[in-house]
Order: sequence, then structure tokens, then C-alpha cells
Amino acid sequence: MGLGNRATLYAFWLSSCSWRVRAGLQFKGIPFDEENVDIVREKRHLTEQFRTINPAQKVPALVIDGTTIIESMAILQYLEDTRPEPTLMPNTPLLRARMREICETIVSGIQPLQNVGLRSRLGSKEQFQSFTKYWTERGLQTVEDQLKSTSGHYCVGDQITMADLCLVPQVYNAINRFNLDLKQHPTIHKLFENLLKEDIFLKTHPENIKHRMIKNVE
Amino acid sequence: MAKPVLYSYWRSSCSWRVRIALNLKEIPYDIKAVSLIKGGGEQHCNEYREVNPMEQVPSLCIDGHTIIESLTIMHYLEETRPQRPLMPQDCFKRAKVREICEVISSGIQPLQNLIVLIYVGEEKKKEWAQHWIMRGFRAVEKLLSASAGKYCVGDEITLADCCLVPQVFNARRFHVDLRPFPIILRIDRELENHPAFRAAHPSSQPDCPPEVAK
Repeated sequence: MGLGNRATLYAFWLSSCSWRVRAGLQFKGIPFDEENVDIVREKRHLTEQFRTINPAQKVPALVIDGTTIIESMAILQYLEDTRPEPTLMPNTPLLRARMREICETIVSGIQPLQNVGLRSRLGSKEQFQSFTKYWTERGLQTVEDQLKSTSGHYCVGDQITMADLCLVPQVYNAINRFNLDLKQHPTIHKLFENLLKEDIFLKTHPENIKHRMIKNVE
Repeated sequence: MAKPVLYSYWRSSCSWRVRIALNLKEIPYDIKAVSLIKGGGEQHCNEYREVNPMEQVPSLCIDGHTIIESLTIMHYLEETRPQRPLMPQDCFKRAKVREICEVISSGIQPLQNLIVLIYVGEEKKKEWAQHWIMRGFRAVEKLLSASAGKYCVGDEITLADCCLVPQVFNARRFHVDLRPFPIILRIDRELENHPAFRAAHPSSQPDCPPEVAK
């Protein structure tokens, strides 16, 4: 399977989907290089060249084991299938379902509706802000309700799972863009603050990797 | 053990994915119809909230639990009822299935979801839906050009097919020109008459309005 070769992550330093995968690679101790794809100013994800890496024109894309995988959840599940330790999944089907419910609420219920890619379809900056804020708040309320019954020290019990990898970047986005008041979501608030202290998020945090990524562009 | 109960809306593509998966795996189930339209949406009423406080459709009551999110439900079925598998064994192929599922379930469907279209407004909704479906289908067609055999990934039906067919139906509803997507069209045609897909089709559902049912 060529597990010895270094992987390449095509990502944007500030992208929440990219952060999920970066954190997953970090957690599993998988060596990788990161190529910055500027989706905001250069719109490099829209070039024909990038389309050969990812036909969906999005980040992240991971080149690993001689193949390219897109979509953060597909990438994370592939990493789990091929490098099961340390695991990012709970050990029963029901708990895995609870994990996936949280992931999917974020990955399909929030992120696509606050993506920067919507900007050009939503008229003014105010309309974009209003649209994306509405769906973020709505989705996070669902996540708060889910976490009330699933969380322990982490989103699902007392083990880090893919749900934590989805939660942290999404909440970070919401705070940065909309000044989201986490007091409305006490369970999310507590988890977010604790998770940010963990190596898996410290070492992969956009603010901590930014200097490396932006230098690559220049 | 009690039969699973699927709370489903006839025309919801997410409900439809789960109906297909249940049928393919030959899991007997009951359907309770939840209208997403009547009275502002029956998913918000007290009776449904007791089943599913998240107020989401579809939801599946199975093994004493309620599970939401169509991909989550389908993965749960795969893990607990491994007969008639809908995921390949090979890790690469599993990734290909998930890529297609995710492009559809997070890249297309949420953007042409009923509630989002209501927000976007009557005047703009068709053009909006067409844009996101076309963009997503361009990606899916490219993925299929590498992965497809008889079906989305190789020659066995997988979760990717469960996601694709309902999305094609939605594309037609919004009058998307599907001619640029020959592989998508071929697979959709291939599956049109498959019994599991036919039984799951909106027109076969107990809550399908009589004027629409075939």
C-alpha cells in the first residue's frame, strides 16, 4: 500500500474542512506536506490545474498511497480504514452513529451554507453575512442539542473522535466571522475551550500554521 | 425485535436514500410519513419531537434508538446488518464511494434543500438550485469517469448509487440539463427499474399525492 511515502495535503490555511483533515493526520501521526491553495484571493481552487487534483474544485484534497482523495469525511474515513491506530472512532455501532450525526450536521448542515464559495451568488457582503450567520446559528443549535446527550470530556464520550475534528474548525469560523456568542451553547463552549488546548488542535491551528502556508505562495 | 420505523417524506431525497438502502439490504420496515410542508412542517409538531427532538427527516427508529442524517443511518445499517453489503471491502473503493456520497450530500443537496430554497426566495430559487446541482454534477461526473463500472463504483451497487438516483430526480425537478452528464444518466437509467429503487421512488410512497403517483 506504500504506507511509507509522505502524503501531500492540498489545503487552505483558514479552511475549516482543511483543518479537519490536518488535525486527523496530526492525530494519527501520518507524515505529510501541505500545499497552500488560496481559495480567497487567488481562487487557485478554480484553476484547470487544480481541477486535475480535485474535480469538485474544493479543498482539501489528500494525495496518499499513490492516490488522491477528496471530501474531508471520505479522507478521514480512509485514514481510519488504513491506519486504524490511534483510532478516531468510538467502539460501538451506536456511538459511531452518534459521532456521524454530529459530523454530518456540521459537514452538510452548516459548512456548505457558510462556505466562501457562496459569496458570488449572494449579492452584497451583508446578504452573504446574513445568510451564512443564519445557517451557522441554526446548525450549531442542533449540534448543542446533540452534544448534550453524547458528550463527556469530548464530543462523544471521553475519547477524541471525528466529531471533535469537525466541531473545532466550525466553531472557530463562527467566532471569527460572526462573533458568535458561545454562552448560548454551553456544551459547545466547554468542549471548544478544552479541545483548543489539545496538541491535535494547537499544532494544526490556522494561526499557528499560517506563516508556513503564506510563505509557500510567495 | 420490533420492525424499524422510518420517518420519511415522499419527495425528500435524503429519505429516499435511506429507503433504497433498507430495500437493497432487504430489511423490513414501516414508514411513517412526515410532511415537510403541511402546517409549516409536521417535523416541528410535538408528536414528532417526541420521536426526534432534532425535528429532522429522515429519522430511523431501530434497535431501540433513533438515528438521523441519511449517511449516518446508512452506515449504521451497514455495520449492524452486513448482509447485502453496500460498501466495498477495498479501502480505495470505499473512499471512492464516500467521495461521491459526500459531494452529493454536502456539496449539492444542502444547497437545494427545501428550507434553503424558501430562504433564497421564489424568484431566485430555480436558478440557485440549478447552479449548485450543475456544479456538483460536474464533479460527480468526473469522479464517475474514474470509478464507474456498471454502477457508480465498479459493478456492485453501493451507497453512492443510493445518493445519486434521488439527486438526479431533483435535478430533473429543477430542469437541469443533464446532457453534459452521460455517465450519471446511464447509471440512473440502469437503476430505474431495479425493484429496490422502484419501491423507494417518491411515487410509490404512502404519502405521495394521488395526482402524482403513477
